[in-house]
Parts: sequence; structure tokens; C-alpha cells
Amino acid sequence: MIPLDSASELLKLQSQGEVSAVQIATAAMESISHSEAAVRGFAYRVDPIEVLQQAELIDQRRASGQSLGVLAGIPVAVKDVLCTRDMPTTCASRMLKDYWSPYDATVVTRLRQADAVLIGKTNLDEFAMGASTENSIFGATRNPWDISRTPGGSSGGAAAVVAAQNCPLSVGTDTGGSIRQPAAFCSLTGMKPTYGRVSRYGLVAFASSLDQVGPMAWSMEDCALLMHAISGFDPSDSTSLDVPVPDYSAAAQGKDLRGMRVGVIRDALEADGLDAEVRMAVEQAMEVLVECGATLVDVHLPHSRYGVPTYYVIAPCEASSNLSRYDGAHYGYRAALSEADIREKGPLLATYCKSRSEGFGEEVKRRIMIGTYALSTGYYDAYYLKALQVRQLIRRDYQSAFEQADILLGPVTPTPPFGIGEKIDDPIQMFLCDLFTVGANLAGIPAASLPAGFTKSGLPIGLQLQAPPLEESRLFNAGAAFQSHTSHHQKRPQV
Amino acid sequence: MSERLTEEDVRKLALLARLDLSDAEVAKLGPQLETILGFVHQLSELDTEGIEPMTTALDVVNRWSSDELHSGLSVEAALSNAPRRDDACFLVPPVLGPAR
Repeated sequence: MIPLDSASELLKLQSQGEVSAVQIATAAMESISHSEAAVRGFAYRVDPIEVLQQAELIDQRRASGQSLGVLAGIPVAVKDVLCTRDMPTTCASRMLKDYWSPYDATVVTRLRQADAVLIGKTNLDEFAMGASTENSIFGATRNPWDISRTPGGSSGGAAAVVAAQNCPLSVGTDTGGSIRQPAAFCSLTGMKPTYGRVSRYGLVAFASSLDQVGPMAWSMEDCALLMHAISGFDPSDSTSLDVPVPDYSAAAQGKDLRGMRVGVIRDALEADGLDAEVRMAVEQAMEVLVECGATLVDVHLPHSRYGVPTYYVIAPCEASSNLSRYDGAHYGYRAALSEADIREKGPLLATYCKSRSEGFGEEVKRRIMIGTYALSTGYYDAYYLKALQVRQLIRRDYQSAFEQADILLGPVTPTPPFGIGEKIDDPIQMFLCDLFTVGANLAGIPAASLPAGFTKSGLPIGLQLQAPPLEESRLFNAGAAFQSHTSHHQKRPQV
Repeated sequence: MSERLTEEDVRKLALLARLDLSDAEVAKLGPQLETILGFVHQLSELDTEGIEPMTTALDVVNRWSSDELHSGLSVEAALSNAPRRDDACFLVPPVLGPAR
């Protein structure tokens, strides 16, 4: 069986003629049929015959000497919140259960242009709201390292299918930690790029000022490959940055960090509720970076403890506005009305209210209600405006920290992966999973999660690195150096 | 500040959000919303007098597209997900007429 845990290796083997795209695709289909019943990472799987046809075309083009894209023959899965014209786009919601987008997200277009083999859409918390991939019409996705635990969320499916070695790469999205937390929980490498680095065109909007698309893989080297394919200016996204994309793969060859100042986020390491084993793993990572030549400095993000409350005002406000488009008129779920519904509200209002109530799940409704409250007359200043001001203070904290340090280091999550059902009835506990990750979204900066070791009981622990806007290369450089000195990212779960 | 939300407040909010909540949902959501609003209210500890609100992580200004025709979705593609449709239109419930 061909190992499916390294896109870089699979590209090399194909170019040497040792493995074909069809063989890789076949291995992916076998791997899925072996693990999927237990892991349940997919929201939709492309028909195996179509997957093999995609692969065969690539083999034929290679044989006839045609030039191929940077991900030629590599199986890739995409979080089911990105529009695809040949697969459903459900957002794991009853609201969009039968929705087939008439167009591709720019990220999906770029994957096709790169000759990736698209194998399916991955499960998520409904509309990307959650930290456990339990709030889904498809049911909960399981963590391949321990089937009784969550893979994190909301990109839990995207993490689980890579961890289960169904494919080497997946595309996730991150609004408050939704790539980095599942990466940490599944011992993967994942990156939330700078806001504006990757196009959001065709990404179903949750919180537009925070959402960003990014790569998930085992290694920094593979994340760099995928980032190269999906990054860059897109005129269809008015918040896309029109700046050149550096050579991330070159940055991910880094081994020597001499001259790099790594800021240790003291507030995070000393936070209440940080698990002792997570803290220890992060402290060991600090030593590894020193071995690579980096110097450590202590930094403080004094407003970081206000990050989660700030996020849980801004994100629901933007969500309540964005999700108002689901009205049962043009697409999505439309409820059937009874005579009583029509008598009570009239046909139009009843259609809106009933379609949305039956179409959205509990967490989505909760967030729409919070956002509606915080944006309503009389409360706007106290909640939304206040949160936007604190967001500014959080950004300034980062700006000061980056005067002392080139990158920042800290934990991704307060704890190792938790059990299925453990936090589902306690929204605040679920929110606090995002304690260390929301800062990067609020400030708009790039941040990566990479494997930092395991607890005594064998559960993955993540390390977070953050950099100033558009300095993803620093993350690739430091992350690759870290991975050249450690083997955490080379351990695989038995599925 | 701890916001107290009566059941009537929750129902009013639900109507603003265009949601119909069952009695059970109102009973469950009300206390959860109070807890969450209490949690986010810790922001009031901070003095933000004179701090400019941050509405976006970008320093870019509005970008305008050129005033040119671009091809868009065909009528058929645009209607392909409609809950109800005819040949060329979305069919929706009556907007005018007897309301409540």
C-alpha cells in the first residue's frame, strides 16, 4: 500500500515514474473504505470511478509530456464550506442539505488548475460554528488518534481525513482557530494565513472580517505546497491582497534559525486552565528552537484574556448579518406552511421564520440570537462597538510584541483533545477552546499549529507560532526547522 | 451587568432574527444567552475611551470594479437551487395581501 502522508514524496515518486496518479487514487479509495466507518470525516465522497478518471487523465498528460500543475495527482479533500460546482456544498446544515453551488470557490478553481485530485468534502460544525465537529447533520467526526474523542473543529473532518491518511492534504477554514485547533488535536500541521492572503470568494461566509482559508497536512513542507497553490490576489474578493506570493516551499527548507527572535507569550504559558502536559510540550519546543539557533524573548499580550469575549461578540454579529441571506427564497431549505402559520404571521414572515428555524441547528440559532441582540438598538455601543475597540487593543498588543520578536510562540489549545459529548451542552466551555487562537483572527495575522508531542496517554499536543501580517515565510522557516529537529509530526495513528 | 432576559424578550429577539422558537427552545436559550452575555460583558472592565474601533484587519480602502460587462450565471444556473421556480422566475409566497 502506498503511504498517503506526504504530498511532497508522492510528487517525487510520480515524477520518477515509480508511482502513478491512478495508483495513488486507488490507495486513497482503499484507505477511505478502511477508515471512514469509524472516523466519519467526509460530508461527501466523490464516486471512486470519477476519482480514478481524474487520476488517469493526469497520468495520460504526464505520459504525453504535457506540463502539470504543482499538485498533480495528489488527492485533496475540501471542507464543505467552500463552493464546488460538481459536489454539494452543505455547510453540514439542513439549510443547505441539497445545495449544489453553480460555481467553484476560487480556492477550488486553483486546486483544479494545480491538477489536484479532488476526493470529497469534509465534515464540520454547522456553518463552521463550533470546536468539536459534533454540530453536524452528518453526525460527529471522530479523532483517528482516539475514536472516543473529537478531532476538534470546526475543520474537524479536514483534520481527521488527513490523520486517517485518506489523503495527504486538505483545505480548512479558520475564523477563531478552526484550522489550528483540529490540527493540534490530530497531530497535524495547519496554517491560518494573513487575512486577505487567500481568496474568500466562494467561501460560505460566517464572520467575514475573520474568516480565512488555509492548508492542513502532516508537515510544514506539505503546507507550503498547498499554500503556494491557493494563495494570491483574486479580483473577485474585495478583501484579497494584491501583493506577490513568496516562495513558501523555499522557506520551508529552513533548518537554521540564527538571528531569529522568538517571543514566548508569557500570558499564555501562565494562563489558568493551561494543561500541565501542554505547557511542558511548549517549553520543550522552546528549547528545540534554541537548538536551531533562535533566541528567546519574553513578550506579553496584556489584552489576550479579552480575546474570547471580543470574538464572541464580533463573530456572532457578523454571522447574524451574513446568515440573514437564508430566507427560503432563492436557495436552501424552505419550510412548508400550515394554515395556522399563515394566520399567525402571514405567508412571507412565516416562510422566513419557519424555514430558518427548521433549517438551522442549535448552535447556529444561539449565535444568530447573540448577534441580533448585540446589534440591536440600545445595545450596539455596549457590545459591538466596545468589542471593535478591544479588537484594536488586541492588534496593538501584537504590534508591540512584534517590535521585540520576529515570531511568537505559545500553545494552540488549553487542553489535549476532549471526549465526544463532553462540552456540547456548555457553550462557554466550548468557547474557551479558542482562548489562544482567536487573537490571530482578530489581528488578521498568520498563525500555524504544529505537532509538539503527546500526553502520557498518547494524545496529540500542538504548538502555535504567529507572525506579523504577510510573514507566513517566517512560520514556514521556523516550523520546518522545528520539524527537522523533532519527530512528533512523523508519528501516525493506528486506524 | 447581568442582562435578565424574560421569555418575552427572547421571543422578541427571535422575531428580529426571523426565527420561530419552540417553548422548549425559549426555556433553554434564555438562560444560555444570559450566561453568554454575562461572559462577554467583562469587556466593560476596559477603558476604551478614544480608541478607534477596528472594523477590518486590512488597511485597504474600497476597491471598485471597472464599469464593464462581465458574464454571470445563466438564468438556468441561478434558478438551479430554487425551492420553487417556473421557467424564468423564483416563486415565493405572497408578499402583499392579508398579513397577521
